Amino acid sequence: MHNKTLVELSKALHKGEYSSVELTQHFLDRIKNYDSQINSFITITTDEALKAAQAADQIIANGDAGFLTGIPLAHKDIFCTHGVKTSCGSKMLDNFIAPYNATVVEKCQAAGMVMLGKTNMDEFAMGSSNETSFYGPVKNPWDIKSVPGGSSGGSAAAVAARLAPIATGTDTGGSIRQPAALCGITGLKPTYGRVSRYGMIAFASSLDQAGPMGRSAEDVAHLLNVISGFDERDSTSLDVPSDDYTANLNDKLAGLKIGLPKEYFAEGLDSNVAKALESAIKEFEQAGATLHEISLPNTHLAVPIYYIIAPAECSSNLSRFDGVRFGYRCENPTDLDDLYTRSRGEGFGAEVKRRIMIGAYALSAGYYDAYYLKAQQIRRLISQDFSDAFKQVDVILGPTSPTTAFKIGEKSDDPVTMYLSDIYTIAVNMAGLPAMSIPAGLVEQRPVGLQLIGNYLKEAQLLNVAHQYQQVTDWHQAVPQDFKEVL
Amino acid sequence: MAWEVVIGLEIHAQLATKSKIFSGASTAYGADPNTQACAVDLALPGVLPVLNMAVVEMAAKLGLAIGAEVAQRSVFARKNYFYPDLPKGYQISQFELPIVGKGQLNIELDGEEKTIGVTRAHLEEDAGKSLHEDFQGSTGIDLNRAGTPLLEIVSEPDMRSSKEAVAYMKKIHSLVRYLDICDGNMQEGSFRCDANVSVRPVGQEELGTRAELKNLNSFRFVERAINIEVERQIDILESGGKVVQETRLYDADKNETRSMRSKEEANDYRYFPDPDLLPLVIEPEFLEQVKAKLPELPDEKKQRFMQAYALSLYDAAVLTSSRELAEFFEQTVKLSASDAKLCVNWVMGDLSALLNKENLDITESKVTAPQLAGMLRRISDNTISGKIAKTVFEAMWAGEGDADKIIEQKGLKQVTDSGAIEKLIDEVIANNPKQLEQYRAGKEKLFGFFVGQVMKISKGKANPAQLNELLKKKLS
Amino acid sequence: MSLLKEEVEKIAHLARISLNEQDIPVYTRNLSDILAFVEQMNNVNTADIVPMAHPLDATARLRADIVSETNQRDNFQSIAPQVEAGLYLVPKVIE
Repeated sequence: MHNKTLVELSKALHKGEYSSVELTQHFLDRIKNYDSQINSFITITTDEALKAAQAADQIIANGDAGFLTGIPLAHKDIFCTHGVKTSCGSKMLDNFIAPYNATVVEKCQAAGMVMLGKTNMDEFAMGSSNETSFYGPVKNPWDIKSVPGGSSGGSAAAVAARLAPIATGTDTGGSIRQPAALCGITGLKPTYGRVSRYGMIAFASSLDQAGPMGRSAEDVAHLLNVISGFDERDSTSLDVPSDDYTANLNDKLAGLKIGLPKEYFAEGLDSNVAKALESAIKEFEQAGATLHEISLPNTHLAVPIYYIIAPAECSSNLSRFDGVRFGYRCENPTDLDDLYTRSRGEGFGAEVKRRIMIGAYALSAGYYDAYYLKAQQIRRLISQDFSDAFKQVDVILGPTSPTTAFKIGEKSDDPVTMYLSDIYTIAVNMAGLPAMSIPAGLVEQRPVGLQLIGNYLKEAQLLNVAHQYQQVTDWHQAVPQDFKEVL
Repeated sequence: MAWEVVIGLEIHAQLATKSKIFSGASTAYGADPNTQACAVDLALPGVLPVLNMAVVEMAAKLGLAIGAEVAQRSVFARKNYFYPDLPKGYQISQFELPIVGKGQLNIELDGEEKTIGVTRAHLEEDAGKSLHEDFQGSTGIDLNRAGTPLLEIVSEPDMRSSKEAVAYMKKIHSLVRYLDICDGNMQEGSFRCDANVSVRPVGQEELGTRAELKNLNSFRFVERAINIEVERQIDILESGGKVVQETRLYDADKNETRSMRSKEEANDYRYFPDPDLLPLVIEPEFLEQVKAKLPELPDEKKQRFMQAYALSLYDAAVLTSSRELAEFFEQTVKLSASDAKLCVNWVMGDLSALLNKENLDITESKVTAPQLAGMLRRISDNTISGKIAKTVFEAMWAGEGDADKIIEQKGLKQVTDSGAIEKLIDEVIANNPKQLEQYRAGKEKLFGFFVGQVMKISKGKANPAQLNELLKKKLS
Repeated sequence: MSLLKEEVEKIAHLARISLNEQDIPVYTRNLSDILAFVEQMNNVNTADIVPMAHPLDATARLRADIVSETNQRDNFQSIAPQVEAGLYLVPKVIE
């Protein structure tokens, strides 16, 4: 069951080949048997899942089922889930039982989907390796000594290890695409505002965007159909009609103009990754697409400005974690200042503290113009690079990550080196564009990710391009050796 | 040395919306603690703000009323600081681009007008409340008020005395109530004020160092706090010291201001545009709609009253100081079909005196405008004299009914029959031969004595004008 | 760009974060490295470029002034560290 696509699972459920309860139990068993190896879940909601599966079976029996009714999924632990612990990978929220549901969670529930549990992640989504989680690092199912990428590393690893058919993630600087690449799955970051941010614990509000993480473009398109759409509770939500993202999957690619940014294939890109991409590019050519070299000249500035803008926003967003109304509170505070500084000092991990402090510094009196304002100006230049490029091409293709999965601990002592793993993904968040990562090869049994960047609201086109590639390749069907067995 | 006082005010007006500025929680006053603090107000992880349309309209109204530019584009910013009554750890406010720009309004003091500049007005959210008593060494936090919309109206440092400051504050208070954007209730904190106070030697251009006075929750406190602070600053300067720029709290019980050191520690608010909220854009059509809904404003009304009713600046200013008082007056004039001056005298005289005495607002008056008008009609048509009217008015105030009923029941109708009055005069002359003799001998002051005697036996009902005329004839 | 230990302590207090004495040198080094890394921004001429605070060129959407929320105090306070009589408690605040 766990190697089937969403389309196959949906058909089987509707035909009654097995029930949602059986399907759910199967994945719960796999989680039980395998997750100790990869640590991809923080919370497993066995009872709730089986109850939801029973309800789904009833709906299917009544003939009222939608396409995804009864299909299990995992939510990144950044989405508030009513009555279920929502930790955001932090000690700060280890005791936080969310008293309400995020819009994404609500929409999945309304579609009849069954939540298996909450996946592990970098603390407050700050990290590219999943090593900053309070619950310990997630391990890459392809090599448990390597990182799965981050911050949605738990979701990526769970899908790659077939512990969940599909999952949700969030992407602030690459947090869906980079772990999707490193774990060999398909992940999509939609246009900023496409998916509601309500109930998704904020890291950097002007960059955060939720999206689906699955095994194929088609699977991902189905989940995007469920979670996207206008939400009046989010002022930054786009009030535009949602597409049916599966409608154009089978369109042919003849005449498609693909842009290859020269800055993405320059120094810093691992040569094996580059080779894998070359063969992928050939597939697109064969499918009738034309290739165009383009330039995104401000690419090298994306990481530096990200490390001003994201920390500035997070330093303010995370002020609400103060030990007063919810979350961690230090023991026996002597006065108000002690309550604040110790609750936050003890509740947050090192990377979160670093970013809060960088942000507070960049916004403080005398530094605002030199850091924050300057970064916002460069942000416009980066965004302009993309609008210029989309005057020439339909989609942009490049690597998702400069390397395949690296070893746990390899970069954790050096924040700046770690930050550079997101060099190809961050600019997209600055501009708010949609982008996805799809598997495009294996180098020494480690997946290579290929990134596709689209123009605003062109998710359907990206999914079409990815799907066509997945029709002629099978990298997305590769399963890590240790997780292939039936149970 | 002679000192000049310089005052600027920051007024916080709570906007009279049903729901909060960024959430759908109720703004009603006085609910049980934290029962009106929703997920957004509590800053639960993941929640987001959505701006209330009504606050935009209300701010635009104020902007239009003070002749200010209502910004086509304004931006919400975060003001970051930690305090338990501030759940997000930042206050959503407006910093660089406020919704209302420069404007002005006139105040009246001792019959003279003065223009006071308004620097800006911006939208922001209120904080919750800290309760310091009764929790074994802890402070209790009630977040019902958190997220209540505020319009902060910042004046130029244009006021030169505490009396001017109070006049300005009263003018804004009246204006927000005219516009129906704030209930103005100062006890409940709906209308609050901070004052920036400094002094400088008369003739000096440069401003002195200012202190910001907090907690001025009544007109009286504003005046007293400024006076005491001015005294303090002059004392310091005259003894060779320097005024420190700081926030000071006014203690009404001790009538003193004291430094709030807790708020002083290097505040670095790290303002930046709130990424959860997009820029607020006001289209010209929206502004036109708001303009069309504006009521007649106090200054327009004042001008109209002066012309239409031939009132003095002082009378017009008092009568238009509140929308309700102005409406009471105009209704009285209309229904009484009487001279406006007569109406002014009664509204600003006997009526105001009784309202003051019983500490009532015009809306709580025990005599309604139609009732007062009914009585004034009877003065105008000579049914009663002005003196008798006082009796009638008091009876109306006591709830004995309308003027006509009281006049009828108490038999207060004026005697206007000349024959009847002559008879009374004759009777008085006959009974007072000695006074008559003295009067005729040249002691003309006694005329008043005869008037009094006739009034006494007529029980005040003789028409005074007729009485005077007839009495003069008889005595000569 | 290199920060001093005192600057790091000042920032930490601005952000209300207590740091262990032995960790301060590490934070000082990390934060200095990050600031050095972002220095490359200074090579860019940004004169006359309008700062971009937000990826979308959209404007605020307004909601109608309607009370839509009901009292959920018990639900919300069930996860609070310390409450009494419906109030959140914090150590005594001195004004």
